[in-house]
Amino acid sequence: MTLSTLLVVSATLFCLGLLAALSRRHAIFILIGIEMMLAAANINFIAFWRFGPHTAHPTGVIVAIFAIAIAAAEAAVGLAMVIAVYRHFRTTNVDQFNQLKG
Amino acid sequence: MNIFVFGIIASFTLIVALAAATLPKLMHAALSFAVMFLGISAFFFLLGAEFVGLVQVFVYIGAVAVLIVFTILLTPHDVGNVRGFGWSGVVVAIAVFGGLIWAIVKTKSVAIAPSVAKALTVKQIGEALMISYVWPLLCVGVLLTAALIGALILVMEDKRS
Amino acid sequence: MNSWIMNTVWLIPATPIVVALLILSLGKTAPGLSAVFAVIGQIAALIMSFVAFFPTLHAHGFRGVENFTWFVFGNQSLRIGFVLDPLAAAMMMMITLVGLCIFVFSIGYMADDKNLSRFFAYLSFFSGAMLGVVIANSLLLLFIFWELVGLASYLLIGFWIERPSAAAAAKKAFITTRVGDMGFFLGILWLYHNSGTLLFYDNGHGCLESAGLAMLGTSATFIALLIFCGAIGKSGQFPLHVWLPDAMEGPTPVSALIHAATMVAAGVFLVARVYPIFSVGAINGVTSSLAVVVWIGVITGLMAALVAVAQSDIKRILAYSTVSQLGLMMVSLGVGGVAAGIMHLLAHGFFKALLFLGAGSVIHALHHEQDIRKMGGLRRAMPVTFATYAIGMMALSGVPFFFSGGWTKEEVLHATSSWPSSHIPHYLMLVGVVLTALYMSRQIIYVFFGNRRAAEEHPHESRHVMTIPLIVLAVCAILLSVVLTPAWPWLESYLTGHAPQFDSRLLFQPMILFSLGLVGTGIALGVWMYHRTGELDPLQRKLPALFRFLENKMWIDEIYDRTIIALGALFAWLSDWMDRYVWDGIVRDVGAIGQLFGKLTTGTDERVINAGVDEGTVGAQGFGRVMSRWHSGQIQPYLGAVALGMLALLLLYAWLG
Repeated sequence: MTLSTLLVVSATLFCLGLLAALSRRHAIFILIGIEMMLAAANINFIAFWRFGPHTAHPTGVIVAIFAIAIAAAEAAVGLAMVIAVYRHFRTTNVDQFNQLKG
Repeated sequence: MNIFVFGIIASFTLIVALAAATLPKLMHAALSFAVMFLGISAFFFLLGAEFVGLVQVFVYIGAVAVLIVFTILLTPHDVGNVRGFGWSGVVVAIAVFGGLIWAIVKTKSVAIAPSVAKALTVKQIGEALMISYVWPLLCVGVLLTAALIGALILVMEDKRS
Repeated sequence: MNSWIMNTVWLIPATPIVVALLILSLGKTAPGLSAVFAVIGQIAALIMSFVAFFPTLHAHGFRGVENFTWFVFGNQSLRIGFVLDPLAAAMMMMITLVGLCIFVFSIGYMADDKNLSRFFAYLSFFSGAMLGVVIANSLLLLFIFWELVGLASYLLIGFWIERPSAAAAAKKAFITTRVGDMGFFLGILWLYHNSGTLLFYDNGHGCLESAGLAMLGTSATFIALLIFCGAIGKSGQFPLHVWLPDAMEGPTPVSALIHAATMVAAGVFLVARVYPIFSVGAINGVTSSLAVVVWIGVITGLMAALVAVAQSDIKRILAYSTVSQLGLMMVSLGVGGVAAGIMHLLAHGFFKALLFLGAGSVIHALHHEQDIRKMGGLRRAMPVTFATYAIGMMALSGVPFFFSGGWTKEEVLHATSSWPSSHIPHYLMLVGVVLTALYMSRQIIYVFFGNRRAAEEHPHESRHVMTIPLIVLAVCAILLSVVLTPAWPWLESYLTGHAPQFDSRLLFQPMILFSLGLVGTGIALGVWMYHRTGELDPLQRKLPALFRFLENKMWIDEIYDRTIIALGALFAWLSDWMDRYVWDGIVRDVGAIGQLFGKLTTGTDERVINAGVDEGTVGAQGFGRVMSRWHSGQIQPYLGAVALGMLALLLLYAWLG
């Protein structure tokens, strides 16, 4: 288990998250994809913390904790937005959200 | 042994992630999404960041996934006018994947073996949070508050209309 | 004392010119005041001339010179100056005195003219310019004043601007004298080129002094002839005499001042002044340039006298008489009698002015009737005018003993008789003397004797302001004879710089008796022919063809009209055609090119630039339309783009790092 394999795994996860965000039509799937991408980034952080020089502070861990917190907040807000948009448009199909077309 | 466990966890996580990305039915995908976080948490355990793994389970599976399920339930929609899978996204994802892999492979410095893991206690994490990283901690607190209030406002029914 | 005078001699011409400007600045407001100013200015000039006269009396051969540098160009400086010698002093006295008489006369003659102040301004200006001609020491300065005199003459001939005949006469005078002045100017240039200086007298370096004359060499003849061209024009010699009779369109005082006494005298004065140039290389006092002067003078004198016999305008007779007398003066100068010619000039100034003013008095009394066939019997009505006119007539005819004109004519004939080149001028001038007496008798009989043919019922003598100048001039004409007699040739010796000798024997030379006989013959002939005058001239009755020929001035004006003026008109038409079609055409073509450029630019602007801009904007719009297809408003494509961008950056970073 080298760092590079771990990085490859997290890269794969990232791309799967990207896939989810780009290819599904439901608004929530975009959020899911984003969460997945964030999780992949967290893995990266921990991996680098694990394989890097050990410092006095567990920087990677702390950052991962913060990232989780922020992701949660962002998920909450995003879901609130989805609900608000659903109320307006009566649909969650992102193809329909093209008012900004130009 | 280590590699074997790593391989199992990695494949498990990836398969579940793939499922979450591609399953047609929404609820299935959402639940796969929740399970995926289990796998990621296992990763964290494997890497020696147990605290983060547990936090992950609590926050993501306990809160975020549940939120997503709630939202799915709250926003029913017609299955009819869904346009199916967008393959252009696949192309982009594969391209990005290719690029990332190439970058990782090209980088020589990341091919290192794990060093001896020092145990990370919660006490250390607590100390780090409260002493060195207290400022980001407070900011995150503010952020969470703002997010909370923002989410509330967003979903609040407009009484006047 | 001399230097003081020489330093201030420039005041003499300056004063009347300043007075002229002063009068012009007054405008039409105060005509009486302008007359007073003019007369005062002229009196001042007279007094100053009188003062300047004295130093020339003391020493014989006196010549005071005052030179100064006008401007410097490169390393050459142009010097001009003033000269005071007997010639100049005598001329100044004559000009100022005759001028003063004419000024006073004008007050009466032009009394009811609305433009009196303009008249006096022009008269003063003329007076100053003429004085400048006389005392100039530089040929250039003389030329400048010469031109000013010409200008004044133009302004005064055409004084009654509302008359087209006056305007035409002024134009003719100016242009004819201009032709002469062109020759004059060429002469000046040639002289300057050869001798390097235009000063007459300059401590031995002047162009009239021996050093300067030596530098002229053989070109002296041509230079002299070119300068003589100016004199021909200004003094009305053949062939440029045609302007003088027409100049009678001006008021009579103008005719008196300009065309009797002063301006026409300028030509003769010029020849006298630059006489050394004429006489370079003289053999027995004969050079080719002087010979030309003589012959032109002879032709002029005779021709004008013949024409005068058949004229019926009182002023035209006097005008042709002036032309004839000027011819006589030129003859005198040409044969070597410089002093004689100048004396005749001075005397002529007085009595011709007298005659003109007398004619003016008659014209004024008859309310501007000028045809002598319509006059007559004024002897009793205007006694003072008649008496003074008779004195002038006798002076002009050359009655000797008491009348200055007689002595001077004597001197001239004496000089012509001893010309080594030919005796023909002498004989022709004798014929001229007879003719002069003839036409003057004719005139005086027609005007003052016989029956009254005038329309005016009761002509009366003119006012004192007009008769007193006549009396003054008559007195001068008589008194001048005292200093002119061969018995005591004071004026001649004054002019030539020799000491005078009183010799009463010279009073009765055979020449004098002979000329007395000639004059008597002429007068008797005149009386016999014209004593029974009617409307018709007896010569016209007997020899109508000859009379018509003479009356029409020998058709010279008409010949000029057909030839030179027609040539000029042809050139004018040609120039106009060139201007209209060639130069204008070129300008129009250039303009068309400009217009073409304009059209090209417009076309380019509209079709190329505007269209280009339009196409550009259309292209931009199309591009925008194409680009806006990427802006679907949908999240996922945006996200995909972000991902691709990130990939690109990543690759770039990895590739670079």
